[in-house]
Amino acid sequence: MKLTKFLMASSALTLTAGLAVAQEATESPVAGEEMANEITIVSWGGAYQESQLKAYVEPYLAMNPDVSVTWDESSGEAVAGLRAQNEANNLTWDLVDVTAADAMRLCDEGLAMEIDIDEIAAPAPDGTSAADDFTEEMLVSDCFIPQIAYSYTFGYRNDVAEWNGNTPDDICDVFDLETFPGQRALEQRPHNNMEWALICDGVAMEDVYDVLETEEGQERAFAVLDRIKDQTVWWTAGADTPQLLADGEVVFGSTYNGRLFSAIVEQDQPIEMMWDTQSYDLDGWIIPAGLDEPTLNRVKDFLWFATDTQRLADQAKYISYGPARQSSAPLVGQHAELGVDMAPHMPTNPDNANNAFVQNYEWWADYRDDLDAKFQAWLAQ
Amino acid sequence: MTDTPLGPDQISGATPDNALRNADRAAAKDGPHDGPMLAADGTPLRRSLNRALRRQKLRALALVAPLLLFILITFVAPIADMLFRSVENQIVGETLPRTVAALDDWTFADGEPPDEAAYDALYSDMFLAAEAKTHTRLGGRLNYETTGISSLFRQAGRGVADIGEAQIEAIEDSSEAWDDSAFWAGLMLTGDEAAADTDLLADARARARIISGEPLAMPDETWPSAAAAAALPRTAVAYTEFALYTWSVDEDPPAEEDPWEAVWLSLALDLAANPDAPSAFSGAQAEALSAAQAALPPGTADFSFRDAFLEMDEDWGSLDVWGTIKAFGGPYTSGYFLSAADYSLNPEGVSAMPEDEQIYRTLFVRTLVMSLTITLSCILLGYPVAWLLANLPLRTANVLMILVLLPFWTSLLVRTSAWKVLLQQQGVINDILVWLGIVSDGGRLILINNATGTIIAMTHILLPFMILPLYSVMKTIPPSYLRAAKSLGATDWTAFWRVYFPQSVPGIGAGSILVFILAIGYYITPEIVGGTKGVFISNRIAYHISTSLNWGLAAALGSILLVLVLALYWLYDRIVGIDNVKLGG
Repeated sequence: MKLTKFLMASSALTLTAGLAVAQEATESPVAGEEMANEITIVSWGGAYQESQLKAYVEPYLAMNPDVSVTWDESSGEAVAGLRAQNEANNLTWDLVDVTAADAMRLCDEGLAMEIDIDEIAAPAPDGTSAADDFTEEMLVSDCFIPQIAYSYTFGYRNDVAEWNGNTPDDICDVFDLETFPGQRALEQRPHNNMEWALICDGVAMEDVYDVLETEEGQERAFAVLDRIKDQTVWWTAGADTPQLLADGEVVFGSTYNGRLFSAIVEQDQPIEMMWDTQSYDLDGWIIPAGLDEPTLNRVKDFLWFATDTQRLADQAKYISYGPARQSSAPLVGQHAELGVDMAPHMPTNPDNANNAFVQNYEWWADYRDDLDAKFQAWLAQ
Repeated sequence: MTDTPLGPDQISGATPDNALRNADRAAAKDGPHDGPMLAADGTPLRRSLNRALRRQKLRALALVAPLLLFILITFVAPIADMLFRSVENQIVGETLPRTVAALDDWTFADGEPPDEAAYDALYSDMFLAAEAKTHTRLGGRLNYETTGISSLFRQAGRGVADIGEAQIEAIEDSSEAWDDSAFWAGLMLTGDEAAADTDLLADARARARIISGEPLAMPDETWPSAAAAAALPRTAVAYTEFALYTWSVDEDPPAEEDPWEAVWLSLALDLAANPDAPSAFSGAQAEALSAAQAALPPGTADFSFRDAFLEMDEDWGSLDVWGTIKAFGGPYTSGYFLSAADYSLNPEGVSAMPEDEQIYRTLFVRTLVMSLTITLSCILLGYPVAWLLANLPLRTANVLMILVLLPFWTSLLVRTSAWKVLLQQQGVINDILVWLGIVSDGGRLILINNATGTIIAMTHILLPFMILPLYSVMKTIPPSYLRAAKSLGATDWTAFWRVYFPQSVPGIGAGSILVFILAIGYYITPEIVGGTKGVFISNRIAYHISTSLNWGLAAALGSILLVLVLALYWLYDRIVGIDNVKLGG
């Protein structure tokens, strides 16, 4: 639960901080060494990649006109891709954006480079070391350089007549077909769904994984999910839920909070956010193991710039994900194009984060295979 | 034109074959003579012609060689390599060789965890694996079999350096000499090849090479000392591994690096086990060893790796963990194939998966049944269209043909996504049905995210593969046959069924094989419109390739699918006959 506290504390600062001056970037430790001029960056595509492009790739290219960046939108396949490249002895990616769970696996497989965060990321403007600025809770793996905290949360349609004016505000409302009839959209994997089911079943957040380890706990979770199984569309891509909600196919669905933000604020759809029991996750960079020296220097030079306090804060102008540094939070301002305040849309905003949940990556690393088999078998029944 | 086939023998004119024959004939006619008939350049004619023939064959081979090589290199070899992973299991024996060997005499049925020797072996294996960072990879591999091993190994990799802390600290404090990396090197290494233990070096090299994947070497003119190896056997092994690794991988001379904790602990255990060890050395070395020996905490002689591992995590005393290491200790395993058939290879032997985890057999059956359904729908929908195409005037037929081909040329993703818009509950089809009053607003049909969606979308996508072969076969059926049948008194139906249909069967055969085999391996369409009940085995294979990284299981599932397709093809050949398949006239 420490992560929650950190996230809340850092976003509380958001509200108190007034005008902050944009911070100048400092020179990276590898400056002056031989560097490659072409790098391939792997990311998720879509609005997220766009936010990276605007917040730090374009500014970096403006500072280094000789450098060219190739994008590869394969982050969803990052683990398999890096393993295949490693086996073929043909590494074509230089910097890869992955979720924390994938970073952990890539580190385990020896496919990502172990790093010392203080050598990769700049200290905060007030001199706090990068390790302290990111905090231990964010640095979940020895290979991981955090960028943002996002969350899995629910969106619902605000025009459902059958709901008689009720609005869902509790995770149990997802599983309540009587008060809130209609189709749901849930992700087609056990992560989060099992936890949400148990929390609805009365398990305290801090006990969720202890309960989920047991056969009875898993049965309890499936029993809760059974209530809505026939009324659920199971999504595999984060873009599915906003589309299903917008088309009226489902009335209630989970997805990444940034996707819902763009459906609600940018596209003005009749959708509302339900923040209760949102589940935090992290996303960040890994450096593939085995880069040659000049490329590695370029990647380090880029990372020094791209993960500094100001750049992470800038990213939040384009997408509603919380910057991973404590020192970035006070610098978060308004949406770059719409001019709306970003703070109320951040998963880390205190109003949104008062009942948030943090995924346990290490637990999932152990139980993923086992539970996924059970989950898929349950789905197929 | 005659009916006599024109075989090679009938071809007149200059071919190498004819030339050979003529040469023979000429030789016979001329009667006995001194030597073989000679070509213009003086070589025997026979040889010269053979050479010409060979050249021709080589040229033919050279013409097909690019394609042959291309197929071998880019298709056959990778597939064979991928399928081989379904039985490959070297990782366990390569990462934990001593542990696997120590488990030889232990069986799961003993009912208790193995003895100290296994924990001792695990310590030295795990230490090297943690240095090479391969332990987590193995943990991930074994976690497919027994949940929890992944974090157990990750944690052991971190904790293994803390084992025997008391002993290590005692040696450190006993004499300043131990803080000097060069002192260690002087004790354990020798510059004199005659005084070296080369067997030890060879063993350690072989072992460390497997785990690091690199050829490892000692610094020039340096060998493990035979004297040290005799007096301090454990330490010699541990130090040699350390020296090889430090020199080759980290590129530091061992004399400048602090030895691994495993070396320190080995020294403590050697000194405790052999009280006379210091006397094998002299001067400062003997002094430091004696001081270290005297400083050892009590109980070092009975040091228990078992206790150390259990203190780290009680799961190291778990029968399941050890049973899994033992069951998957071999270089090859049937485990993946068993998993692919909903069985599991576990420490007790082979057993069926619990019912709530069985999924693959269901998926295989579903894939076959749905592919057959899709093939049948394609025949039903495609046959009349092909008939129309074949019998309409050319101009109209061409327009229709474009309608058939247009979707064929459109991106698969676009077509699948279009079906999503059409089929969903708030989609075009349901809207029309509601508007027509056929279904009520509350009773909209569920046409997508289930098997129905997959069948509809895939039938549409695969339809051209049925229509095109059917059309080209029907084009060759002379319309006069049908007219003849009717003029002899057949009804329309009889004429079609007895005369026309049998002649179109080869087209149905070709189309069915194409559609069925394409359908069985389809991935994108079921993924997008199939929901949970309309996905195929290929979706699960993709999951194991890209998400769970269990490539062994993916390879096993793929192999089974390949064998199934080949078996069905064989069956088809037996029943229908593969000669009875035509892609055209």
